[in-house]
Amino acid sequence: MKGYRNYFLKQLVWFLVTVVVAFTLNFILPRLMPGDPVAAIVARMAQGMSNATGVQAVYEQYTELFGTDKPITEQYVIYIRNVLRGDFGYSISQYPRTVADVIQSSIWWTVALQFPAIIVGWILGNSLGALAAYLRKGFDKVLMPISIFLSNIPAFGMAIILLVIFAVNLRWFPTSGGYQFDMVPSTSFEFVWSVIVHYQLPFWSIVLITIGGQAIGMRSMAIYELNADYVKYARFLGIKDSKIIRYVFRNAMLPQITGLALSIGTMIGGALVAEIIFSYPGLGSTMLTAVLGGDYPLISAATLIVTLMVLVAFFALEIVYGLIDPRIKAAQSE
Amino acid sequence: MKLMLKQVFGSGKFVIGFVIFLAILLTVVIYPIFVPDAPLKIISRGTFLSPGIYVNLYDSIDSATRYTLITDDAEARRVAGRLSDEDRAKMREWLIGNGVDEAEIDGADTAQLLDLWELNFDPTVRLPGMTNADRNYYIRLTASLEGLLSTEGATIASTNPETGALEQSDIVNQTDYVHVNEVANSRLFILGTDNFGRDVLTELISATGVSLTIGFVAGIVATSIGLVLGLVSGYVGGMVDQVIVFIMNLFTVIPTFVLLILISFSIGQESRGAFTIAVVIGLTSWVWTSRAVRAQVISLRNRDHVNLSKLSGHSIAYILAMDILPYIASYVVMALILQISSGILAEAGLSILGLGPRTTEVPTLGLMLNWAMIYQAHILNKWWAYLPIILVIALISFSMNLMNTGLDQVFNPALRD
Repeated sequence: MKGYRNYFLKQLVWFLVTVVVAFTLNFILPRLMPGDPVAAIVARMAQGMSNATGVQAVYEQYTELFGTDKPITEQYVIYIRNVLRGDFGYSISQYPRTVADVIQSSIWWTVALQFPAIIVGWILGNSLGALAAYLRKGFDKVLMPISIFLSNIPAFGMAIILLVIFAVNLRWFPTSGGYQFDMVPSTSFEFVWSVIVHYQLPFWSIVLITIGGQAIGMRSMAIYELNADYVKYARFLGIKDSKIIRYVFRNAMLPQITGLALSIGTMIGGALVAEIIFSYPGLGSTMLTAVLGGDYPLISAATLIVTLMVLVAFFALEIVYGLIDPRIKAAQSE
Repeated sequence: MKLMLKQVFGSGKFVIGFVIFLAILLTVVIYPIFVPDAPLKIISRGTFLSPGIYVNLYDSIDSATRYTLITDDAEARRVAGRLSDEDRAKMREWLIGNGVDEAEIDGADTAQLLDLWELNFDPTVRLPGMTNADRNYYIRLTASLEGLLSTEGATIASTNPETGALEQSDIVNQTDYVHVNEVANSRLFILGTDNFGRDVLTELISATGVSLTIGFVAGIVATSIGLVLGLVSGYVGGMVDQVIVFIMNLFTVIPTFVLLILISFSIGQESRGAFTIAVVIGLTSWVWTSRAVRAQVISLRNRDHVNLSKLSGHSIAYILAMDILPYIASYVVMALILQISSGILAEAGLSILGLGPRTTEVPTLGLMLNWAMIYQAHILNKWWAYLPIILVIALISFSMNLMNTGLDQVFNPALRD
């Protein structure tokens, strides 16, 4: 257990370091851009405002909000303090609401949509890939081209295709939203049903995208393992095929977990765009409204939250990986 | 070199990918020679004209020669083209209400429906529950059907500029035809027009070119950064290596798409050109290349020929360029191919978010998709405004992946089936 504790601590330190760097990047990137960010925001907001004092007032309010009149280190401290308190300021595009409020109402939609979808897609993709590697022949011949084709359709493309087929033409599912627009969120049966119905298309579009890449990866991993020396040796010893298969897939699985950890950022990025296609009320759509409304505080907070989500997912996967792979414990306790 | 090319082109996967890619590239280059229109020229009023040939009505009346064709079903077709599904349903309703057997009526068969209608319709009969408006509708419908069924031609008249009276100048018979090529103005829209009334095909081909360029620039930037960092960190080692590896690890974990959004938004819409976007995409996507290059360099740096070069007093730059780079060149090319296709995807993703390049002269694939989505082409079922774009993106990425897999099998014998 000592070995695992070392591993865990190491991962935790690494997690904290990346969080700090992500924080800093989120703070510093907009400020690295040429020009005065506040002036740019005010210019965007003041379009059509003819009152000079009004523009000046807006400018001063934002200078105060961003604290751009203070030295950069002090701004950074203020930024961190505000973020830790969950204070991201006011949203520009949805004014009386605070950014924290907007994010809070959308983040759970994203979490509840993307993580189950990615996990289901990962499991399905790996099972199919393993089957293809084991059965070869016909199954492989059919599955591989489909997987390659699927993995080449961008996430938003898959979303649009599913939307057009199942929502516009067949009318099995609604075209947009997270629940029927005339309903008020509650725990009534109708509302839950509406949420479930609206959930299907975004969910399956993410699942399908995930399946393709995972199946290809798992197939080549499993083929590689099936040809490994230990498999041949086990066959010579007369160990049953079903038993060998279990070892093979366990070994082939491990790199796939790391692969999932490393690509989770890209996947979430693609899934955010898929959300936009379905106007799903998650972070992706929030980002879109923020971009369209020139809502600086909201964009900054949304990117930070998505980064944190990815980092947490990555950390969790690394922890799981440490639990499954015995080599990690062994390496750490030496 | 010759042998290598022969090997590469011996790989079926590579060849298929290469041919698809080459076809796309050639279309992008050749098409503008034949159709020199500006890609963003607005060519129609009204949005989403469906694909097909548009013939100028005025010119076709004026057309020099008219041909008389003898066709039996012209009348039925003419009526069929005018009768909407709603009209058919209404007619059916009336007929059934007046005791015609339901099984006898086939709504899709226009000729049969018309026969039944002529036989049975009586404007004085009132169905139970029928309003006056309904009755008037049926009378109007019958009148317009009779108009269609009459064999008289349409009269063309023009206004006399002096008296202001209409003067008959011509009669167009129902059996008159004109040859499409003889009409002075006709226009073919293979993929219809988009939400702004632009020709989708011209726009799409131009957009493909721009997107490929964006992908290429992004790929070059990303591969160069990745290559230099990977070479230096792998070969030099020590402190330099540790710092670079630290940075690499950070950027593998921090999602690049989020960085892209943040940077693109911060740049501001005014200065977000296609080239800027390409460079930004390149700046955020070098991590994978640098990781892989570093791993390869580490396995190469203690080879005899490298040591010999070191003993001969060559500089680090010389050793990296002459003794190490040739061994990883194939890998770098493969990485470049993948970077190009992921650069195109990144641009499309950004554009859908409204953070794409701001251009007034050229479209990109992502921007076209963004416009189609904003104007709800997918909900309105205007397939030509979005499906070709998705298809082109998928084809580019598919061809590049195939080339990559093919190269991988040539250069990594372990992967061959």
